[in-house]
Amino acid sequence: MDYFAQQAINAIQLGSIYALIALGYSMVYGVLVMINFAHGDVFMVSSFFCFLLLLLLPVPFVAALIIVMLATAVLGVALERLAYRPLRNAPRVSAIITALGCGLIIQNTTLSLSPYSQRMPELFVPVTWNFGGVTVSSLQLLIIGVSVGLMIGLDFFIRRTRYGMAMRAIAQDRITVPLMGIPVNTMIALTFAIGAALGGAAGVLYASAYPVISATMGVLIGWKAFVAAVIGGIGSVRGAVLGAYVLGSVEVFTVTVLPSTYRDLVVYALLLVILIFKPYGLLGRPAVQKV
Amino acid sequence: MKPLLEVRDVTMRFGGLLAVSDLSFEVTPGHAHGIIGPNGAGKTTAFNIITGIYAPTAGDVLFRGESLAGQRPSNIARRGIARTFQNIRLFRDLTVLDNVRIASDAHARYALPGAMVQLPAARRAEQETITRCLDLLEKFGLGDAAYERAGDLSYGSQRRLEIARAMALQPALLLLDEPAAGMNSAETLKLVEFLGWLRDHFSVTMLLIEHHMQLVMTFCDRITVLDFGKTIAEGTAAEVRSNPKVIEAYLGPEDGHE
Repeated sequence: MDYFAQQAINAIQLGSIYALIALGYSMVYGVLVMINFAHGDVFMVSSFFCFLLLLLLPVPFVAALIIVMLATAVLGVALERLAYRPLRNAPRVSAIITALGCGLIIQNTTLSLSPYSQRMPELFVPVTWNFGGVTVSSLQLLIIGVSVGLMIGLDFFIRRTRYGMAMRAIAQDRITVPLMGIPVNTMIALTFAIGAALGGAAGVLYASAYPVISATMGVLIGWKAFVAAVIGGIGSVRGAVLGAYVLGSVEVFTVTVLPSTYRDLVVYALLLVILIFKPYGLLGRPAVQKV
Repeated sequence: MKPLLEVRDVTMRFGGLLAVSDLSFEVTPGHAHGIIGPNGAGKTTAFNIITGIYAPTAGDVLFRGESLAGQRPSNIARRGIARTFQNIRLFRDLTVLDNVRIASDAHARYALPGAMVQLPAARRAEQETITRCLDLLEKFGLGDAAYERAGDLSYGSQRRLEIARAMALQPALLLLDEPAAGMNSAETLKLVEFLGWLRDHFSVTMLLIEHHMQLVMTFCDRITVLDFGKTIAEGTAAEVRSNPKVIEAYLGPEDGHE
């Protein structure tokens, strides 16, 4: 039982990080019906932003989080502005290939600057507590707390503010939204900024929990987060969060009963099974054909 | 009186297709101006040009004497041109209230930095907007449906909501694309009454595309007739009705007695 509780905490921690990244995929998809395959590398580069920041200036955790989120948001907006916006009306496959290309550029630029893995300076000195055999560290609580806080904030933002309302409207009908006086490009840039900033938060949290970072780590984690978004129903914000926690749990509990090499096999098998029974994901809805 | 809207020699080509050719007309403030013409005459294309969805191949559109060339659709909407669509285009998954909210207060700041911070002043403004929107919905007989999903409304209510949403922009000019589409004669009669109320209550100038002749002839102060992208006649209902070109092109020879 203790072991189960321990693994559950690990699953929530991993799921939280996946969720922050999955939100970026899902939000962009929701607004543009486009999969931003560079997002995993945006996440990766944000942990390098954090690494560089700490090398230059040993700032406290909260400051590092905010600075990295802002820097990553700028990167996200730049990607949208320079790479995706010119292709807004191009065939969808062009945008996807471009996204893959942007991911490779980010990854290889990082790789050329940092060919080896880097050891993160410690951002946060964790305290561990023991609750009847279950060990909980303050770092785990911080990761879970920051993630959940950001997710609740995002949910509020999307459901309650006029900006969120505009984003939901763009997802439904991008042609009509500007006729309501809303600058669609600004709202799309905002979507990228928020998605990337959440990826940046994930980068900081990930680097705090697993303090060895490398230029290629965005690939696998990015794919996993993408799978989480698809499982939850891509385009759905709550779906991305649900999918991420499902995925995190499956990964962690697979390893408790099977050799760890089975982990990715189980994850992708789960994706296939869910897509067979729920083709739009757990919380996704069939796309309405636009006229 | 100076015209509110001037369409000057507008031409729109899609590849080899000439959708609108040298189209010119003026809309006088306070008027209800009708555009009629057979299917494919370029009416909806003209609306898409006026609202900035298409940039015309040639020609210019002036609103309050200023050219709209190169203006983004969102800016044109903010300047005071609102529209509805032939096939209703509501945000079906948003509530009725949110459909109106999204169009209201178009002058609210949508700039990026302000987006992240929810200041108390902004919150108060938001509350005022909601009150104003509920008022507007009440006027359109949709007050009780404010928190329903727009896509769940009946067809007639969706039409009214689309017009309410357009009015939330507080436009000087309202473009209506076939407001009577899918309505029977009784409903159309009610619509004429409703449009009259709309014009008087909001003192809005209207430009409407309509196939329903009875509606156009009774409601519009002035009518422009298009055929194959060209203006073939313009004038009051009586003038247009007796124009031989119109009778031939639009009403058809066998309906010539109309």
